[in-house]
Amino acid sequence: MRYVAVFILSLIFWLLLTFRFTVPNLIVGSVAAVICSAIFARYYFHNVYKFLQPHRYFWFIIYLFIFVWECIKANFDVAYRVLHPAMPIRPGIVKVKTTLKSDFAKMLLANSITMTPGTISVDIIDDNLFIHWIYIRSEDPEVYTGMITGAFEKYIKRIIE
Amino acid sequence: MNNMISLIFITIGITFNLLGCIGIIRLPDTYNRLQAATKCVTLGCCSILLGVCFHFGFSDAGIKALVAIPILFFASTVGAHALIRGTYHFGIKLGERSIKDDYKEAVK
Repeated sequence: MRYVAVFILSLIFWLLLTFRFTVPNLIVGSVAAVICSAIFARYYFHNVYKFLQPHRYFWFIIYLFIFVWECIKANFDVAYRVLHPAMPIRPGIVKVKTTLKSDFAKMLLANSITMTPGTISVDIIDDNLFIHWIYIRSEDPEVYTGMITGAFEKYIKRIIE
Repeated sequence: MNNMISLIFITIGITFNLLGCIGIIRLPDTYNRLQAATKCVTLGCCSILLGVCFHFGFSDAGIKALVAIPILFFASTVGAHALIRGTYHFGIKLGERSIKDDYKEAVK
């Protein structure tokens, strides 16, 4: 079932990328999609029936809006730190605990954290994310865990788990 | 009208790319430079691609520009993660102004 889902997704992607709906193009696209699904489908979701549950798409759209907003905020944050004459930075690597279980959800959370203001995810070891933060605002683990993951974790939980 | 919107988006994109480049020069160490490189350059390029999409409308090139945005997002975030992790394991120290390093105990 996983293989079929990856096949359909990669075929849609191929058609969007080439944008030519002729028979030879469809055949080449299907061959490429079969190769992709044969190699990569084992790393995909275990339960692909989640694709058929509409409330997940609703949360995904809300998540997308929050994500774009955080992205724009991140850019102005970096611009402020770069252009300020004294460069207000207090960098360091902090450890953050996450409650997400599946690998795919952790990946999405790490990627979201990379695009939020001042943070890049360095590594994931078990349940702990290591985050490089350009301006550490507090020393208390609970406070900064809420600051870093709070905006995204609950939406990712609703989308994927 | 479409031309106007696309020009605005492309201008925003170039401005953010420029800020990212200034950040790469001014910030003190590799880790902080990656921050500027990832965020500003990603949103700058996405903005330029959106401008291209508005310029060409619903056609071949416009849809391709739109499809390129999620690819760019995932590629740049994963690339930044790989670079920053590789930098740490290569043995480059955090800059002098750093105040905290939790990762040191984890990789020991």
